[in-house]
Amino acid sequence: MRALTWHGKHDVRVDTVDDPEILNPRDAIIKITSTAICGSDLHLYDGYIPTMQAGDILGHEFMGEVVEVGAKSTLQKGQRVVVPFTIACGSCYHCGKHQYSACDNGLPADNQDIGQEMYGQPMSGLFGYSHLTGGYAGGQAEYVRVPFSDVGPIIIPDGVEDEKVLFLSDILPTGWMAAENADIEPGDTVAVWGCGPVGLFAVQSAFLMGAERVIAIDHFPHRLELAKKFGAETINFEETATYEALLQMTGGIGPDAVIDAVGLEAHGFFVDNVIDQIKASTFLGTDRIHSIRQAIIACRKGGRVSMPAVYGGFVDKFPLGAFMEKGLTLKTGQTHVQHYMPALLNAIMENKIDTTFLISHTLGLEDAPQGYKMFHDNQNEVTKVVLKPGLALAAE
Amino acid sequence: MGDGLDAADDAPLATSKHEFAAAEAVAGTLPGAKGATLTSRAVTINRPSADLFAYWRDFSNLPSFMDNVERIDVISSTRSHWVVKAPAGKTVEWDAVITEEVEGELIAWSSQEGADVPNSGRIEFRDAGARGTVVIVTILYDPPAGFIGKVVAKMFQREPAIQARGDLRRFKQLMETGEIATASRTRAQLEAEQN
Repeated sequence: MRALTWHGKHDVRVDTVDDPEILNPRDAIIKITSTAICGSDLHLYDGYIPTMQAGDILGHEFMGEVVEVGAKSTLQKGQRVVVPFTIACGSCYHCGKHQYSACDNGLPADNQDIGQEMYGQPMSGLFGYSHLTGGYAGGQAEYVRVPFSDVGPIIIPDGVEDEKVLFLSDILPTGWMAAENADIEPGDTVAVWGCGPVGLFAVQSAFLMGAERVIAIDHFPHRLELAKKFGAETINFEETATYEALLQMTGGIGPDAVIDAVGLEAHGFFVDNVIDQIKASTFLGTDRIHSIRQAIIACRKGGRVSMPAVYGGFVDKFPLGAFMEKGLTLKTGQTHVQHYMPALLNAIMENKIDTTFLISHTLGLEDAPQGYKMFHDNQNEVTKVVLKPGLALAAE
Repeated sequence: MGDGLDAADDAPLATSKHEFAAAEAVAGTLPGAKGATLTSRAVTINRPSADLFAYWRDFSNLPSFMDNVERIDVISSTRSHWVVKAPAGKTVEWDAVITEEVEGELIAWSSQEGADVPNSGRIEFRDAGARGTVVIVTILYDPPAGFIGKVVAKMFQREPAIQARGDLRRFKQLMETGEIATASRTRAQLEAEQN
């Protein structure tokens, strides 16, 4: 089959590799119809994530048709499914509590050493996201092997196009969980850093959960436009002093809840960010955290901090004093995708949530390297790239 | 300094910073103890203790999740012969005898004279209510060919402490999910990974 493979920083290629096979009783093989490039794939593209190996197949947002099933899979050939990016067994203690991204059994036993060393306990597996998360082949390919196919994939009714449901795999539940983690109360003002897909879905979700005002912060005018369409007020941090603006816009109080949907690669030439970049490049601290710092300082006293943004390692100059003195609450974590999928599919079917607005480009799988470059180089206009293995090569 | 265990707390012995004294103390609780290096590990498995005990007690099941075990010949209800992979394509062998058994709760064993890697230990299955069962493995062993052997074995992932860690995770996976997780994409990759 053909598959998008990682070969190094800014080097991804479409290679011919062996087709996946059923290896365990609960496996299924999915023929990919649509798969997206995620903002967090750019972290791999930029070489920020350790334990990548040349030839690794990327992609954790995908859907398709069931073409083969193991003896214990509950799926049937021909069904259309969206696959959650978290690989969870459904039978351990954490899965029982719907903490799917904390699944005990999603990672191969030997892969669990890295997570145990770094984080104290290993987490669930993820598709196409380094050997720290299992080394599972991703879905930016013609076919993918899906473990635990009896508990992960959600079946999509006929007649619903891929574009409406593809984002159930990651970014829609991630944006929803970000808003849920902000414990929004009616009348609240919520500030969201980052108007990428997760931030934009968090804006929509926050309103659905009763927020009176949502303030969206970014520097890409097109992304701020999209946030505005969903009713958010906007701050362009290149034009405006964000903290001062947030305080004035909230009558000097600060937002009741703040959501950091930026994470690892915070842009912008702030002094602390430049220091972070120097430290990142010299391995003194791996994560650049301007957005979470600013979110904590801006948040009102006793407010809530939600952090869907991906961080992998250690940070410096985390405003722990402000966090403690103001009595803030922080909730975060990889998304428990399986928990949110059914309700969010219903919300899509009832037209309460729109996801199709995000897709700015649709390409064939063979054009995937170009898709990565476009997404990386022009995040203002390229909001989401969807790859369709069935699509013929784009006209030259 | 004393033997280091004077100010004992409630922590498991294998987590003591005084490893020789801790190994000695554990040896005192094991009938027919063999080996001077101590390792132990606990894992919670979401299944009743009776199921886990029954699966483990049938030693012919163990190679299904013990990666380094080539085969186990069950000689009698208490005696078995173990053939275990060692670094550089070699194997090590020993006879093991069950020295203590409490149905559903505990199995203790000890290797017999002539073992390539003298070892002894126990596995306990403690009921953990809604969370299932806490499984605790305690192993005393003599590293193959002394200290250097241990370092070499470690490089090859054949060090008993490392193996026990992986084996327990695979046991948990098998008991909770009915299969052992793999990131392989093809049967050929899976076979290469298992060898």
